Amino acid sequence: MAHETPLWEVFIRPRNGLSHKHVGSIHAADEVLALQAARDVYTRRGEGNSIWVVPSAAITASDPDQSGENFDPSADKIYRHPTFYDIPDEVGHM
Amino acid sequence: MTHQAFLELADDCLVLGHRLSEWCGHAPMLEEDLALPNMALDLIGTSRVLYDHAGKVEGEGRSEDDMAYLRDERAYRNCLLVERPNGDFAHTMLRQFFFVAFMHPYWQAALHSSDPVIAGVAGKAVKELAYHIRHTGEWVIRMGDGTEESTARMRDAVDALAIYIDELFESSDAAAEAEAAGVLPKRADQRAAFDATVAHVFAEAGLEMPTVSHPQTGGRNGIHGEGLGHMLSKMQSVHRALPGVTW
Repeated sequence: MAHETPLWEVFIRPRNGLSHKHVGSIHAADEVLALQAARDVYTRRGEGNSIWVVPSAAITASDPDQSGENFDPSADKIYRHPTFYDIPDEVGHM
Repeated sequence: MTHQAFLELADDCLVLGHRLSEWCGHAPMLEEDLALPNMALDLIGTSRVLYDHAGKVEGEGRSEDDMAYLRDERAYRNCLLVERPNGDFAHTMLRQFFFVAFMHPYWQAALHSSDPVIAGVAGKAVKELAYHIRHTGEWVIRMGDGTEESTARMRDAVDALAIYIDELFESSDAAAEAEAAGVLPKRADQRAAFDATVAHVFAEAGLEMPTVSHPQTGGRNGIHGEGLGHMLSKMQSVHRALPGVTW
C-alpha cells in the first residue's frame, strides 16, 4: 500500500508565537487524511497546537553538490552578523 | 444498582478499546498502527475511571482491576457491537464509527449529569470521540466511495454490523434507573443525532443502510457472541495467572 500512497512532510508549531518546525513525514492518500495521520503520529505527547502538512513532491531542495558555492561564501563575512552594535539594556532580550 | 449502569458503559469502552488494541503491530500502514491504539487508549482510559467509580458506588471494595480482570463473560454488560471481531479494516472502522456516532452525543448529554464524576468523564470523552468520528468517518467515506474492492468490503461491513445498531439505544433496568435519576442520559434520546451523523457520512460514501429485520440484542443481559469469551480469556490471562502482579 505504502508505495502508492503519497508522502507528506509534517510541520508542528510547539506553541503560539513560535514557528512551525519540520518533525518528519507520513503517508496519506489526501490532505485530510494527511493531517489526521500527522496528528496521530506526531502529537501524542503534547508536542504542539498546530499542524501543517505539505506534499513532499512540492518541496524543491537545494543540490548537495552545490553546497560549496551556495553556502561557503558567507563564511568570511562576519560584518553581516549584528554583533557590532551596542544594544541598550532597556531593549531586553532580542 | 447505579454501579451496574456504570459497568455497562465501562464494559463498552474496555471491550472496544481492547479490540482496537489487537490491531497494534498489524495495521495496514504505520499511520493507522498508531491511530488505532490512540483510539484504544482513549476508550481504555474512560473505562478505568468508570470501573473505579462503579466500584466505589457499589461499596464492596472492588477495584478497577477486579472489574476488568475478574469478571467472566456473562458478567460483562457491553453491547454486542463493540465485541464484534476486528474483521478487515472496513469492519473495524465502521464498528468504531457506529459506536462513536452514538457515544459522542451520549457524552454531550452526560455533561449535565448530576454525578460530577460522570460529567467529568463526559468532558474528556466528548473531545476524544469528536476526533474518532472525524477519523473513522473519513475512512468510511474513502472506502465506501473508493475502489471496487474497498466499496465491496465496506458494504460487507455495513451488512454485517447494521444488526447491532438498535441495541445501542436500549436501556437495561439499571440504566433506566440511572437515567430517571438524571445521572446518565437516555440512550434512546441519542438516536436522532446518530442517524444524522451516519446519514451524512453514508451519503458521501455512497452507502445505504440496509433494512434490519432481526436486530441482535442481549449484551446488557450478559448474553454475548462467541467471540467475547475468547477475547476476555486473552485479556485476563496475565492477571489470572499472576493475581495482582505489577510492573
